Amino acid sequence: MEADATRVVASGVRFQRLVAANRRTDIMMASIGILVLMVASALLASVLVDLILTGWPRLINPDFYTNFPSRKPEQAGIISAMVGTALVMLVTAVVSVPLAVAAGIYLEEYAPKNWLSDIIDINVSNLAGVPSIIYGLLALGLFVYGFGLGETILTAGLVLALLILPVIIVATREAIRSIPRDLREAAYGLGADKWQTVSHYVLPAARPGILTGTIVGLARAIGEAAPVITIGALTFIAFLPPPPVQSTPPFVNFDWLTSPFTVMPIQLFNWVSRPQAEFHINAAATGVVLMVMTLAMNGLAIYIRYQLRKHQRS
Amino acid sequence: MQPNLRPITRETTDVSSAPGDSNADLHRHQESVPLPHGNRADVRKLSFWYGKTQALKEVNLPVVDRKVTALIGPSGCGKSTLLRCFNRMHDLYPGNRYDGEIRLYPEDENLVAIDPGLVRLRIGMVFQKPNPFPKSIYANVAAGLEVRGIKKRSVLDERVERALRHAALWDEVKDRLNGSAYGLSGGQQQRLCIARALAPEPEMILFDEPTSALDPLATAKIEDLVQQLAGEVTILIVTHNMQQASRISDFTAFMLMGEMVEYGNTDQVFTAPEDPRTDQYITGRFG
Ligand SMILES: Nc1ncnc2c1ncn2[C@@H]1O[C@H](COP(=O)(O)OP(=O)(O)OP(=O)(O)O)[C@@H](O)[C@H]1O
Ligand SMILES: [Mg+2]
Repeated sequence: MEADATRVVASGVRFQRLVAANRRTDIMMASIGILVLMVASALLASVLVDLILTGWPRLINPDFYTNFPSRKPEQAGIISAMVGTALVMLVTAVVSVPLAVAAGIYLEEYAPKNWLSDIIDINVSNLAGVPSIIYGLLALGLFVYGFGLGETILTAGLVLALLILPVIIVATREAIRSIPRDLREAAYGLGADKWQTVSHYVLPAARPGILTGTIVGLARAIGEAAPVITIGALTFIAFLPPPPVQSTPPFVNFDWLTSPFTVMPIQLFNWVSRPQAEFHINAAATGVVLMVMTLAMNGLAIYIRYQLRKHQRS
Repeated sequence: MQPNLRPITRETTDVSSAPGDSNADLHRHQESVPLPHGNRADVRKLSFWYGKTQALKEVNLPVVDRKVTALIGPSGCGKSTLLRCFNRMHDLYPGNRYDGEIRLYPEDENLVAIDPGLVRLRIGMVFQKPNPFPKSIYANVAAGLEVRGIKKRSVLDERVERALRHAALWDEVKDRLNGSAYGLSGGQQQRLCIARALAPEPEMILFDEPTSALDPLATAKIEDLVQQLAGEVTILIVTHNMQQASRISDFTAFMLMGEMVEYGNTDQVFTAPEDPRTDQYITGRFG
C-alpha cells in the first residue's frame, strides 16, 4: 500500500517536471520567433520611416501626384508612372492569371504522372528562381524584336506576366493539393466527373490560396525595374496613354497597349541617379508610394483570404 | 419516425420522371420487382491490388436487392477495399488493379470493367467521417442532382426536401437550408451526407463505418435510418461494431486477411457460424 502511494507521488513529480520542461521550450521558441519578427519589422519600418521623412515635402504636395516628370524637381510628379504601372499590371494580371491557373489545374489534376510531367514540374519550380533581368532579355529578343511589339505597355505587361507565371502556377498547385481527399471523394462518389469535381468543388475551396499567390505575384511584378528597363521603357514620359474607355462606340479602346510608358520603379531609379539632391526627395516619395501600393496589395490578399475562409467555414 | 416520411416507391417515380429530370431512366430498374436473381450485385472471384500489395483474394459475395448486407472483420482485412470497389473509388489513384467481376443486376454487367463515372452515378456512398461540402445545406443535398444535369428549381426543391425527410433531418434543418453545412453537429452532418447520397435515388448505397465518428445517440439515429432505407435501396455497410451488424443487417459477410471467410443470414452467422474463425471473431477471441 505505502509503496504504491509513494510511486503515485513520484510519478506526479515526474510529470510536473516534464510539463515544466515543455513549457520552458515553448517560451524559448516563442521568444526567438518574436525576436526575429521584431528585427524584420523594425528593418522594414525604419526603411519606410526614412523614406517618408526624406520624401515628406513632396508626399504632402498634391501636385506630386498629378504632375508629369519635369526638369525642375519641385514640379516633377509621378502621374505618368502611376498610370503606366496600373496599365502594365492590368495586362500582367489578365495574361498571367488565367494561363497560370489553367496550367496549375492541368499539372495537378490532368497531367499523367510520367517523366515528361516530372520535367515540366522541375522546370516550373526553377523558372520561379530565374533572375528577372533574364526575362527582360527574353522579352527584348522575342516581343520587342521578334514580334515587333516595340517598347510598349503590352510588352512590359507580357514580360511581367511571364515573370510571375511560375509563382501563380506553384501557388495554384499547392492550393489544389491541400484540398482534403474527403472532399474530392465526396464529389466523385456522387458521380461527378473530373471537370465537375474540379470546377464545382476543388477550385472554390482552393480559391483563397490561388488568390493569395496571384496577389503575391503581382506585388512582386509591381516593383520590378530590371526587365522593364531591359525592354527599353522610357524614363521621361510627359503624356498619358490613350484612355482604355471612350464615350463613342465601341467604348473600349486598345490603343493604350501600344503606347510608350514608364512605371514607378523606373521613375524612382531615374530620379535616384540624378546628381541634384532635390530629385532624391522625389525618389524617396516615389518609394513610399510604391511601398504603400505593395503593402495595400498584400493587405488585400489577407483580407480576401479571411473573407473567403469565414464564408466557407462558419 | 417521421410521420410525413414517404418511401421511395412507385408514387415517387412519377416525380422523378417529371419534366426536367433526365434521371428517370436510371431508376427504372428499381421498379422491376423482383430482380431475376434476388441479387442486386454479385462479387465473383474479385481480387484487388494496391500497386504490388494484394488486398483482396478471389472474394465472392452476393448482395441481395433492397436488404442490408454487413461486412465485418478485423482491422485491415479489406472491408473498405471491397466496399470501395463497388463505386470504383480506387480508380482515382494510380497503380490500383482489379481482377475478377462484380456483376450488377438486372443489366448483368461487370461493374469493375465499365466506365467508373457510370458506376458512381448508380451507386452512392457515405463515408466514415462526415464530409459535407463547404456549402449550404441545400447545396449539399442538391449536389448529386446538379451533377446529373437537374437544374430546375422546383424539381430540386422537391427532391432536396424528400431526401432530407428521408434522412430524418428535415425538421432540424428546414429553417436554415441556406446555412452552412459546417454549422451542423457531427451526427447531423452524417445524416446530411446520407441525404446527399439519397437525393439522386441510387440503386445501392455503400456505407463505410458511418457511425464510427459519432456518439451513441447519433449512432442510434443512423442505425434506424439504415434499417428504414432497406426495402427501398440496396445497402452494403462496413462496420467494426458486431452488435451493430447483428442489429441492422439481414446478411453478414466475415472477411479475414483479404479473403471472404463466411457469408450468410445475419442470425445464422452470429448464432451458428460454419467457420471456426468466424466463431472466434464474433465471440471476441480474435482480431
Ligand atoms: N491506399 C493503400 N495503399 C496500399 N495499401 C493499402 C491502401 N489502403 C489499404 N491498404 C492495405 O489494404 C489492406 C486492407 O485495408 P482496408 O482499408 O480495406 O481494411 P479495413 O478492413 O477497412 O480496415 P479498418 O477496419 O481498419 O478500416 C490493409 O492491409 C491495408 O494496409
Ligand atoms: Mg476501413
